[in-house]
Amino acid sequence: MSTMLKYQEKELKIVGTRPLRPDGVDKVTGRARFGADYNLPGQLIGKVLRSPHAHARIKAIDTSAARVLPGVKAVVTRDDFAEMPDEYAAVGEMMINFRDVTRNMMAREKALYDGHPVAAVAATSESVAREALALIKVEYEVLPHVIDVVEAMQPGAPLLHEDQYTLGVKPKPDHPSNVAKRLEFGRGDVVAGFKEADLIVEREFNTKPVHQGYIEPQACLASYSEDGQAELWTSTQGHFVFRAQCAKVLQMDVSKIRVTPTEIGGGFGGKNNIYNEALAIALSRKSHRPVKMVMTREEVFRATGPTSGANVKVRIGCTRDGKITAAEAELNFQAGAFPGSPVAQASMCAFTRYDLANVRVVGNDVTVNRPKVAAYRAPGAPIAVFGVESVIDEMAKKLGIDPIEFRLKNAAREGTQTYYGPKLGPIGYVQTLEQARAHPHYSAPLGPNQGRGIATGFWFNIGNETTCSLNLQEDGSLTLVLGTVDVAGGSRAAMAMMVAEELGIDYESVSAIVGDTSTLGFNFLTAGSRSTFASGMACVIASRQVIEKLRQRAAKIREVPLEAVAWKDGHARPAGGDVAQFAPMSLAEIAKMAGKTGGAIAGHAEINAQGAGPGFGVHIVDVEVDRQTGSISILRYTVVQDVGKAIHPAYVEGQLQGGAVQGIGWALNEEYVYGDDGVLQNPGFLDYRVPVASDVPFIDTVIVEVPNPNHPYGVRGCGEVPIIAPMAAIANAVENAIGLRLCEQPLSPPRVLKAIDDAAAAKG
Amino acid sequence: MALNHVSATVNGDRVEFLCETGHTLLEALRDELRLTGTKEGCGTGDCGACSVIVDGRLLCSCLMLAVEAEGKSIQTIEGMATGESLHPLQRKFIEHAALQCGICTPGILIAARSLLERNQNPTESEVRYWLAGNLCRCTGYHKIVEAVLDAAREMRGG
Repeated sequence: MSTMLKYQEKELKIVGTRPLRPDGVDKVTGRARFGADYNLPGQLIGKVLRSPHAHARIKAIDTSAARVLPGVKAVVTRDDFAEMPDEYAAVGEMMINFRDVTRNMMAREKALYDGHPVAAVAATSESVAREALALIKVEYEVLPHVIDVVEAMQPGAPLLHEDQYTLGVKPKPDHPSNVAKRLEFGRGDVVAGFKEADLIVEREFNTKPVHQGYIEPQACLASYSEDGQAELWTSTQGHFVFRAQCAKVLQMDVSKIRVTPTEIGGGFGGKNNIYNEALAIALSRKSHRPVKMVMTREEVFRATGPTSGANVKVRIGCTRDGKITAAEAELNFQAGAFPGSPVAQASMCAFTRYDLANVRVVGNDVTVNRPKVAAYRAPGAPIAVFGVESVIDEMAKKLGIDPIEFRLKNAAREGTQTYYGPKLGPIGYVQTLEQARAHPHYSAPLGPNQGRGIATGFWFNIGNETTCSLNLQEDGSLTLVLGTVDVAGGSRAAMAMMVAEELGIDYESVSAIVGDTSTLGFNFLTAGSRSTFASGMACVIASRQVIEKLRQRAAKIREVPLEAVAWKDGHARPAGGDVAQFAPMSLAEIAKMAGKTGGAIAGHAEINAQGAGPGFGVHIVDVEVDRQTGSISILRYTVVQDVGKAIHPAYVEGQLQGGAVQGIGWALNEEYVYGDDGVLQNPGFLDYRVPVASDVPFIDTVIVEVPNPNHPYGVRGCGEVPIIAPMAAIANAVENAIGLRLCEQPLSPPRVLKAIDDAAAAKG
Repeated sequence: MALNHVSATVNGDRVEFLCETGHTLLEALRDELRLTGTKEGCGTGDCGACSVIVDGRLLCSCLMLAVEAEGKSIQTIEGMATGESLHPLQRKFIEHAALQCGICTPGILIAARSLLERNQNPTESEVRYWLAGNLCRCTGYHKIVEAVLDAAREMRGG
């Protein structure tokens, strides 16, 4: 059987319906166990000492007083971890370097941001652990720091890594730089393209870092046994990836670590990397006791995530009738303390909604004294798209062309050559634009100080390594063991639905669980909108294997040739025609006889799923601007998105609504605020303000289904596209409401008010 | 450090526990009584994941000291369902897909029940403002608000 299955149109009984999720009851009764809900007898509590400085050389660490405090069982510092050479691995759509992973989990030569771990302790209680942290003496030589991305790129800026020379520049530069890497993407001739333009618009944009903001802080529990084996329970988007990272930094065999993913209280890319996990195993190894580590919210803000803040320059030219002739962007992205911002993804997403002959995008990955950025839902794309879709909107307005019409004139379609590599296959961008234009929202009347904006988003979606097992139990029920974590979206339900559809049985007879790392082969993270696509493909393959075995067993029992047996509606039935007739057998009947006909029946899939289908979306938003306070209200919001196929439409709607509201928070309120000392000033949900229920209206959704030809049900994936457009759509709506183009995110009341006041002052 | 002895009623059961003076009610519920359905999202009263009801009052258990629970009656998510039957809010949350990751769900359910005890027929706006102290990062609140309104409708008998 081919490992890749193509789309087949067929009549569906379960896929596309809305059954109840298997984790629902446990989550409404408090029974579901998240990271911090696991405990072991004899466990210690681990806590981390963090740098109070944005940039400092660590001259000495004295843990002697902490070690002798009664109740302290282990202390670890940089001396407990091996130096790692440069070695790269994929994490979601991003790359990590183990040299940096080991330095990010525990500072070595230097502390590179406020919150950087410098030591960790395990003690009999949290209060003893905290007391011990206060007894650790760290001798710092405080160094000048740099927080702003543009400042960090200047010659003479404080250097985070003295041995970092900009990659992607030839010849190799003479001097080290905070610019870790320079990337360039493009096609055609932009100089010639701009010469053909009747209108050129150029703008500069700035965005602040925002945090994934999952409500569950990182939490893990580790138990290292004297036989050299470790168990780890942790809140993660990918337990196999966490196992690989822990094994590497702790220099253990992969098979000696068993990782069980707990229910995860939100991740959004922020739980793709280890933070405390290797520390907990190391503390357990040293103390000979299980060690539990739970971050505080302040630690989450200071030391995990966020995504990049950025400086973005966009220049687009078009003809009088709205045909884009050239497009250019420079994207300067904060990477945080170590290289690895999502600037490459942002570069590729910047213009890939348009069919462009002449494009050039330059991206810079810049280290600054902030926590190392992590993936955040469509990493990088919303930042680039904020700039590009703002400029597109301005051009449409200047030419008097409807903004959707302008986008349709330039829209990417099947066969469009991208500027980063592939030609696009069948995609639904034009359909989403047309459905947005036809939606009643688009033509509804607006009042004073109200405005409407639209913006569009593109995300690649990905496939990658995926495994699963489908075990037919002796009574005919099935257990589906998945290797991709259900990060919240309801993938256990979606996978069980696809299995039930394949086998022609009830959804309720399939129990889907996520297995630990010892039960299956390697699985990549739940990231890149890959789970329903890749894990769904694996589940269909496993289902078809089970069907094949069921047919074989039925043929054996009924003493007919295999080709006489067809599988239909959960039964082995005569294939029809001239071949043998026999009494049909149900799945349960065959399952009950499995022991006598060859043993248990199961299906397995171990694949590297290829052929992910890109996703496109259009957002329409109405805002009202309060000219007295600068406050923006979201009055109405509509998301139109091509998801390929919505296996469970309610859970797809949930992705579109949740992504849009995260984008609304990004647009309006969320930002990291640093003082001149390089210390984060708002590490809590009071001052880092994510949207609350009263900030937003109902989010209307329109699901467009243009099947992905490379998935048996046409799935593309849907989780990331919805966060891409909101920032730009809201900025466009604000411009439509008050005539001011705002290029600094967030569009928070002080900033909006200043823009209004400045404009009034300029008018005199 | 001497521990404090506290007696209270949790979900109708008499309980006793020992706690440090600085421990919060949330820590006592989770670590001493092993009622881990109540979640910690921030520890500063900003996210509502630790919402419980103490003597009829909705509050963040991370902002109340455990010793203050002496003699009090506390209701947590573990006491919301009656035997085998879920509370209508719990059922509607599942039916409306009003939860994704579920970490905020216990706190939101406790808060929503507290709303419906005071106001049997809330408007959308009243639901949104009542739940404004409970952060959810997954759902965008759409399906949560729908579920609460639908539960209220069912509980009114309509």
